[in-house]
Amino acid sequence: MKEIRISLPISTEEIRALHPNDKVLLSGIVYTARDEAHKRMLALLKHGEKLPFDIGKTALFYCGPSPAAEGRVCGAIGPTTSSRMDPYTREMLKAGLKVMIGKGERAVETQQDIKAAGGLYLLAIGGISAVLSQSIVSCETFLWPDLGAEAVYKMELRDFPCYVGIV
Amino acid sequence: MRKIYSEQIQQAVYQAITEVSYHCDPKVTEALQQALEGESNELAQDVLSSILENHRTSPESMIPLCQDTGSTVVLAEIGAGVQILGQSLPEAINAAVRQAQHDCPLRASTVSEPLFERKNTGDNTPAIIHVEYVAGERIRLLIAQKGGGAENMSFMKMLSPAIGTDGIIDFVCEGILAAGSRPCPPLILGVGIGSNFEGAPLLAKKALFEPLGRAHPDAKYHQMERQITERINTLGCGVQGFRGNCTVLATHILHAPCHIASLPVAVNLQCHAHRHCEVII
Repeated sequence: MKEIRISLPISTEEIRALHPNDKVLLSGIVYTARDEAHKRMLALLKHGEKLPFDIGKTALFYCGPSPAAEGRVCGAIGPTTSSRMDPYTREMLKAGLKVMIGKGERAVETQQDIKAAGGLYLLAIGGISAVLSQSIVSCETFLWPDLGAEAVYKMELRDFPCYVGIV
Repeated sequence: MRKIYSEQIQQAVYQAITEVSYHCDPKVTEALQQALEGESNELAQDVLSSILENHRTSPESMIPLCQDTGSTVVLAEIGAGVQILGQSLPEAINAAVRQAQHDCPLRASTVSEPLFERKNTGDNTPAIIHVEYVAGERIRLLIAQKGGGAENMSFMKMLSPAIGTDGIIDFVCEGILAAGSRPCPPLILGVGIGSNFEGAPLLAKKALFEPLGRAHPDAKYHQMERQITERINTLGCGVQGFRGNCTVLATHILHAPCHIASLPVAVNLQCHAHRHCEVII
């Protein structure tokens, strides 16, 4: 099927040109964040502190990778269920978040919030980690290593396959 | 009395975990291939092809099938004529889980306490173990690496016996349709009917280990399995929520005696990364 190549950071015009169900090959730097990382990021914002990366220019990837075997770029990579992050998403969008990658439906309010913010929710396929790992150029623990798989990892993607969920 | 050393159990569980983390049940691969052939939706075809590609790539690259490498679940049948020497059964299993997590490596996905600290145990222990005593001189272990997404969407209810077959089918289908794409369809459904409040979910879990798509020996239950699968595939969200006609690969029912007042029904969901095996010692 037709594939659209996009690179982060992505412009408002590029987001507007996308449609639900479009297949996208995504490249650029993303940061992983699951439940615990969201809690900590929101705590930073609540205390008036800045996030240690420009959230508007990247994407949050709802993902907890498995550890890399010795000498490998990364372990198994894939999306976790996005709806668990719905309670935090409004605040993240207010902080400038535009692009999210995960799997599954979002709450109705979250769908509206994403659209209102001009955001983009991309669906990655769950359970195809060996395939997705081939699109990972680099992967390093970026923040909160004490969280293990739930830490924030900085990843560079090259032609990472996903589909437009909400735009 | 047959003596079995705990090291034998540990070795067998270790091999099982490391094997299933990279090799999907071949019956699932076959069912997905058939689903792809019967799928007309372009998006669903694309996703099914990626899943099948993953089944080839994972063992070649030694990257686990899914980043959620799962919690280890063991359903153990211990023969009455078996004596386990050395460590206890849970100690042997947990030693295997720890070793497999380290060696593969697998993701550490277990927290030691569920609410306040949620501190990761770091090695995937403890495994979830259920033991049953049976006749004979062997140990049979059903082992699964169970992911969190499908487990989170599983459900059970104490229904009223008056609800009957149609009521049970409605209950199962409504629950699966409400789960949408979150449990990573195409799914395998384990349905436990009967027993009691804790027994029905265990039956549902056990049903996931039945050979995929096997015919239920009782025609009435077999009919129910088919009706559930067909209705969900007509109305469901399709592969990963991308529509099409493949939300469920198979439904397996197991049933058990229950109280005259009760009709417990539990549904355990299994994602398409069905990592399980049987070990006999």
